[in-house]
Amino acid sequence: MIAESLALSAVLFTIGTIGVLTRRNAIVIFMCVELMLNAVNLSFVALSRQYGVTGQVFVVFVMTVAAAEAAVGLAIIISIFRHRQTVNLQNINLLKG
Amino acid sequence: MRFDLSRPFDLAMAMSPDLFLFVGAMALLLWSAIGRDGAAHQRRIGVAAIAVAAATLLLVVAASTRGWSAGPGIVAVDGFRWAADLVFLVGAIIAIAMSLDYNAREAIFAAEAHVLILLATGGMMLMVASRDLMMLFLGIETMSIAVYILTGIDRRSPRAAEGALKYFLLGAFSTAFFLYGIALIYGATGATNFQVISERIVALKLEQTPMLLVGVALLLVGFGFKMAAAPFHMWAPDVYEGAPTPITAFMAASVKAAAFAAFLRVWLAALGGVYAQWHDAIWWLSAITMCVGNIVALQQRNLKRMIAYSSVGHTGFILVAVASGTTQSAAAFLFYLVAYTFAIMGAFAVIVALGSPGAPRERIDDYNGLWFVRPGMAIAMAVFMLAMLGFPVFGGMGFFAKWYVLQAALQASAPQTRLAVLLVLTTTISAGYYLYVVMAMFMKPRPEGADQLPPTNGLSRFIIAASAGIILIFGVFPDPVARWTRTGVDLVPLAPQVEPNFTQSAVAR
Repeated sequence: MIAESLALSAVLFTIGTIGVLTRRNAIVIFMCVELMLNAVNLSFVALSRQYGVTGQVFVVFVMTVAAAEAAVGLAIIISIFRHRQTVNLQNINLLKG
Repeated sequence: MRFDLSRPFDLAMAMSPDLFLFVGAMALLLWSAIGRDGAAHQRRIGVAAIAVAAATLLLVVAASTRGWSAGPGIVAVDGFRWAADLVFLVGAIIAIAMSLDYNAREAIFAAEAHVLILLATGGMMLMVASRDLMMLFLGIETMSIAVYILTGIDRRSPRAAEGALKYFLLGAFSTAFFLYGIALIYGATGATNFQVISERIVALKLEQTPMLLVGVALLLVGFGFKMAAAPFHMWAPDVYEGAPTPITAFMAASVKAAAFAAFLRVWLAALGGVYAQWHDAIWWLSAITMCVGNIVALQQRNLKRMIAYSSVGHTGFILVAVASGTTQSAAAFLFYLVAYTFAIMGAFAVIVALGSPGAPRERIDDYNGLWFVRPGMAIAMAVFMLAMLGFPVFGGMGFFAKWYVLQAALQASAPQTRLAVLLVLTTTISAGYYLYVVMAMFMKPRPEGADQLPPTNGLSRFIIAASAGIILIFGVFPDPVARWTRTGVDLVPLAPQVEPNFTQSAVAR
């Protein structure tokens, strides 16, 4: 079962990575990042069947951190929406050079 | 005193400076929420935050003189940790002092800004103290989340919001890589403790396991993003330009230093066994970073952006020390961090001091003829630029920082001659943009009708003068700092794990 879970986790992680690299909507990119984090969680849970409880403890910490990150990230996305009336990264280009 | 980290009291003692900082930051967070937002409240919280950071600094100094050490466990108690903590805390104090005036001027009345700097510093202290991937991850996230907020703390600025969004998305993306790397290393070795990982890699001969190789590669990508090493540096210029200037200074100096310190510890303490395979990767990372950072910086006309690219170049220089991987190079690394922190902080303090509301004065053209209106500021800025360049005498510590890195690279058991040559070459390229700033300040005329520069208050003048003074004084007498950095690494078990004969000694044990 461990091998299958790890493979599924790798597939999910890859889907998340491709999503981050190809999508242009900040919310969708953030969802893809969350998908990547949850793919990692799946790996941890699968591996902790073999190595004991450490992996499961790690998952709890990752979920906590992901929640904190979501709170801050959504706040930042709202703040940029107030300035630009869009969360599309193609229209957000004040900084360059 | 030797701590047994399995006992809660000993663990608390080993973490006492970090705990003190976090408790202080929490108390200040409550206080900042109770008071009414305004210039006075913002200043009160800022001064209190400086006091907490200074008290933590004293605790760290006290801890470092006690000769504490610790048995196996999740935290390291050694000179490297205390030395790095001192660099972070000094950086935090200067950053808070800078943002006191900056926030008042730009009408950023969020008093939490100062507390967030403390929380980020606490995260850095956890990172450098950690001897376990789990704690390292929590430290990095504590730091990163606080810095995401700090980047966008100026809610009225669209540039700050844009910088914060880019930083957040790329930071979260890199966190995912970092975490997947940890998961795979855990999968390959069955442990998250650095010492256990390094022992199992050697004992079970895991060097070539695909899972470990992929895990280490992903970990390297994650660290590359946090350190802004090319090709993972794309976020740095945008974020550094968009963020409020004191926060830019904090990110360029302390956040980067923390990423480096954690990287050095992970790389040498946990992955010492696979160091040989990964040497080439770090070699290329260092070489590409030095070239990209310094060459792209040449075209920049915005000073913050230019320093951002130059700090990418500095990442490459510091990676030379990591690639050498000896005790001597770890000492050179600490020395570089000290010199670099003061130079960056000082340069950004000058930018803060010369700006006024509505006129940030961040273009290099704004510095034309500065010498004729503000000779003191021009001299200080010249010192910081020359220190980053590594110019002898007038660049003070900056020269010795590069000198020690070069020396460590050439005297390592496997001499890094080509990297050393590249370091010297790219330093020569960097003269093109550092000296351009100096030239603009001293040789170009002040443009007609340039608006009056704002008066500089005592605190900014003190920060700038102190940074320039420290750079110059320790540039003439580098020995005390050099000795201090050596005591900082004497206690780190770096050398035996990087030496080629490590494999046999670990098996014998």
